[in-house]
Amino acid sequence: MVAIIDYGVGNLFSLKSSFAAIGQEAAVTADPEELKRADRLILPGVGAFQDAADKLRRSGMDQALKEEVSRGKLLLGICLGMQMLFERSFEYGEHEGLGLLKGEIRPIAERIPVGLKIPQMGWNSLRILRESPLLKDTREGEYVYFVHSYSAVNCDDSLLAVTNYGTALTACVGKGNVFGCQFHPEKSGEVGLRILKAFCETGGRV
Amino acid sequence: MITKRIIPCLDVKDGRVVKGVNFQKLGDVASPVELAKYYSDNGADELVFYDITASAEGRALFTDILTETARTVFIPLTVGGGINTTDDFDRVLKCGADKVSVNSGAIRDPSLVGKAAKLYGDQCVVLSVDVKRVDGAFRIFAKGGRENTGMEAIEWIRRCVGAGAGEVVVNSMDTDGVKQGFDLELLEQVCDAVQVPVIASGGAGKIEDFITLFKTLPGVDAGLAASIFHFGEVRINDLKAEMKRNGIPARI
Repeated sequence: MVAIIDYGVGNLFSLKSSFAAIGQEAAVTADPEELKRADRLILPGVGAFQDAADKLRRSGMDQALKEEVSRGKLLLGICLGMQMLFERSFEYGEHEGLGLLKGEIRPIAERIPVGLKIPQMGWNSLRILRESPLLKDTREGEYVYFVHSYSAVNCDDSLLAVTNYGTALTACVGKGNVFGCQFHPEKSGEVGLRILKAFCETGGRV
Repeated sequence: MITKRIIPCLDVKDGRVVKGVNFQKLGDVASPVELAKYYSDNGADELVFYDITASAEGRALFTDILTETARTVFIPLTVGGGINTTDDFDRVLKCGADKVSVNSGAIRDPSLVGKAAKLYGDQCVVLSVDVKRVDGAFRIFAKGGRENTGMEAIEWIRRCVGAGAGEVVVNSMDTDGVKQGFDLELLEQVCDAVQVPVIASGGAGKIEDFITLFKTLPGVDAGLAASIFHFGEVRINDLKAEMKRNGIPARI
């Protein structure tokens, strides 16, 4: 069973539906105890980093999540949920993340050429840098749907794929049993469903 | 590189797609769910559902349809029509909409855009405008184009984007239905005025109209149309192949 962590950030309807579409049982849960019963965890999120990180802490989900991940349970962070896997974010100040992956979140405005719109909103292609169970069925150049104004930098050896928005931006990360997508697989059509399916099928580590 | 988006718009009334839909191969399709699935499987980058129902029954039917669509279609869904309060945002977002478009609701209550952006994020709030030339000036029209508000269009768009609208759908009433191409003059002014994504609407009659749009105005992010897609006059996959041939980034 996949547990989709509900901590009051964003709409989880499409995410839940996309697991149903690939025939995978998924439950939306706000109960930290329920994470123990799941074999895979999804950390979603849209909105502002600080607000989301505060809500995750208040719900007690941050500790429950870390505990399960330390036991080897598979975790996939999506969009803001992916950004929270890192050590810190510089979205309006400096905020602490979960620290499950090395790296930090910085505004894309610092790195992209002038004239490109912020947020990056729309379909962009993946450039795959490294093989991983998450992208085992994804081909180089396939399109996924992005909506973001911040992105992960200095990801070290967790970087799996990038997308070109004037410059290379982090699209996919994975290390050990922790994975993340900056884009929305649940909104990326058939390509996105394949990525979610790959996450459900992987038993191992990167 | 990020691609230019092609967006079919489905006008829904009392649970059916209006304007009549007739595909060469599909025959009559009036089920919004079926049509949404067809578009999603055939190259649409995003879908807009526009609720033109007036009755409460129709509204309930609309949210049922939206829920059913979001269960089976996994591309971004924008919902518009009858969005007057943040409760309306809440209602459609819970059914699986990703973005919500406001038009007359924002004119009636100019604080709506800001309130919604704060609650759901800028990326969720789409400003939709109906614009028409009156005595040489671009004016904002309300109530489905029936009422001239007298407001200067570019000023209104700038103000709403400042308040938090994350995207703008610009519908030109002067070119809408004429099928002679998009309103490049208006769109250029909007692109110069705001930094958020701009979606062109009104006037597309053939594939070349989209090519001209994206080639002339690189600041336009997406093209939206209804009947030319519904009637199969333009097939999205053909359009995208032609975009690619012309060096315009498209998701194929």
